[in-house]
Amino acid sequence: MNDLTSAENIDYSCFPDEHGHFGIYGGRFVSETLISALDELAAIYKKLKDDPGFQAEFDKDMAHYVGRPSPLYHAERWSQEVGGAQIYFKREDLNHTGAHKVNNTIGQALLAKYSGKKRVIAETGAGQHGVASATVATRLGLECEVFMGEEDVRRQSLNVYRMKLLGAKVTAVTSGTRTLKDAMNEAMRDWVTNVDDTFYIIGTVAGPHPYPELVRDFQSIIGREARQQSLNQTGKLPDVLVACVGGGSNAIGLFHPFLNDESVRMVGVEAGGDGVETGRHAAPLNDGVPGVLHGGRTYLMEDENGQIIDTHSISAGLDYPGVGPEHSWLKDLGRVDYVAVTDQEALAAFREVTLVEGIMPALETSHALAYAKKLAKDMPKDQTIVVNLSGRGDKDILTMADLDNITL
Amino acid sequence: MNRITERMNALKASSRKAFVAYLVSGDPRPSVTLEAMHELVRQGVDIIELGIPFSDPMAEGEVIQLGHERALSHNVSLTSSMALVKQFREQNTQTPVILMGYANPIERKGYETFADSASDAGVDGVLTVDLPPEEARDLNEELQRVGLHNIFLLAPTTTPARIHEIVSMASGFVYYVSLKGVTGAGHLDLNSVKQKLGEIRKMTDLPLCVGFGIKDGASAKAVSEHGDGAVVGSVFVDKMGKLADKSDEEIIKAVGEIAANIRSGLDN
Repeated sequence: MNDLTSAENIDYSCFPDEHGHFGIYGGRFVSETLISALDELAAIYKKLKDDPGFQAEFDKDMAHYVGRPSPLYHAERWSQEVGGAQIYFKREDLNHTGAHKVNNTIGQALLAKYSGKKRVIAETGAGQHGVASATVATRLGLECEVFMGEEDVRRQSLNVYRMKLLGAKVTAVTSGTRTLKDAMNEAMRDWVTNVDDTFYIIGTVAGPHPYPELVRDFQSIIGREARQQSLNQTGKLPDVLVACVGGGSNAIGLFHPFLNDESVRMVGVEAGGDGVETGRHAAPLNDGVPGVLHGGRTYLMEDENGQIIDTHSISAGLDYPGVGPEHSWLKDLGRVDYVAVTDQEALAAFREVTLVEGIMPALETSHALAYAKKLAKDMPKDQTIVVNLSGRGDKDILTMADLDNITL
Repeated sequence: MNRITERMNALKASSRKAFVAYLVSGDPRPSVTLEAMHELVRQGVDIIELGIPFSDPMAEGEVIQLGHERALSHNVSLTSSMALVKQFREQNTQTPVILMGYANPIERKGYETFADSASDAGVDGVLTVDLPPEEARDLNEELQRVGLHNIFLLAPTTTPARIHEIVSMASGFVYYVSLKGVTGAGHLDLNSVKQKLGEIRKMTDLPLCVGFGIKDGASAKAVSEHGDGAVVGSVFVDKMGKLADKSDEEIIKAVGEIAANIRSGLDN
């Protein structure tokens, strides 16, 4: 039995347990109707994850459709300006569809295909996971419906149209706060109704077991590559890893293959919105409590009655009141530090990296960049930081133009 | 003896079916609920299921989602709902009351505190939609400690092995979810209900109540023929929403009329 009270002597690759628990987090908090579908998914995944044929098909898509491996890029000019540690970008923004999301949607769509399901559904906030789901669904000839909060449909019209061009049906969700969490509720309701022929592609490392595990496994290709690339390019492991955390799939994808490397420090960066102290943010690991939402136990933003509260972030992709359960566990163990960066700090990092490196990061990613800069300053020049450049900023052009009072 | 068990025994002795009615606590406003509960009892409801509003009611169809939203707009909570049950008990010591809701408000309170408060308020059972048996053991222990029943769901997709496991943890009665879908759905299939109830009946002596998609006296009677009772919710909540801007008296009267119709359907 592992000692859950201390980060020492834990083999992180052995979690979750068979019921999907990471310590007290994770698990399967859903209505009875969905249990058999989750059992079926867990069984199929267990069978396929070590199946050479399935793995070969996944690897082939990763190489020739997504364009992997993604480069580990030394941001020399920015590192020099910051004046401390050497900063490297893991370039997930160069993936097909422009973000890390596609690693997971390809994996899950293959599971859908092997399960014989003809229809996939997905929830989306900013629209990146919706686009990635629509992309792989149309390529496999699967029917696709994407649930998106009405508020997000309005804010992210470009991605809505993109999904429609890809043949997906986009359903605006009008319940609750009309954002990502409500889209996830609605996707669950659809799934419970169409459970026989529908596969639910969850976009992050949240949801009921086995989703946090399988999404992590598909995204771990990021960390496996980054680990090898670091050894090849710098002759050592990185000193610090930095990634933004909404649900936390890009972060866990980078972190997981390094968790057993004691020397590697890891920092997850949450959306601080107007500042954690203002209450207007989306940083449950900084200012939340453990609770149950969307099928798992994890840190949540909620009021004193256990009602989930509104979140705020400039970045729609981080605007979520929960977080993947494995992050909650890693926080409690002290293995990963979780910090928050405000909207203003993220926007400044967006502009700076765009001008200095000619790489326009997503606003989500800009949170990680802002914190990497703070860290790098006080580190010696021979140390390295790897930042997960989880997505590109094209989708955020309208938001930026808005802030600059420009109508495009 | 727990009021649920007492009522189920009495119904069985008189060969009648249980009529379980669901309302959202504080819907459309807190002043309606207490009188609506008394009116339901006057019109022949056997057990009241009081829905605890939650910001993210994943298993509910649109009708009940809106009920939750109306109640939340008045800051109705698990705490205020238990206070309401306590008030109900001042006039009614016989009718069983079940709290039906989601795990998070209970987690927030803490299982032990919740069990003590619920018992003190005069609650008889708890149904937590997103707490399947694998995750329910701790809450189950606390509820048993104070003599409350934990009402579990069984679904069309529940395998025989799971049915066995669930009925061994369940008490009071077992709630069979009649269809794959959310509350208020419109695709009830009586044949499949009959078949599944037969399967469940072989594994437990607990009373079986059927819910989801039951809209009137006829469908209530049809499903209860193969079980011991019917749970009706969305039709009440739908009426609450439609009459939300009317007086409390009008709403309560309308809810009572629906209940009377279903009771007579069940008894025919």
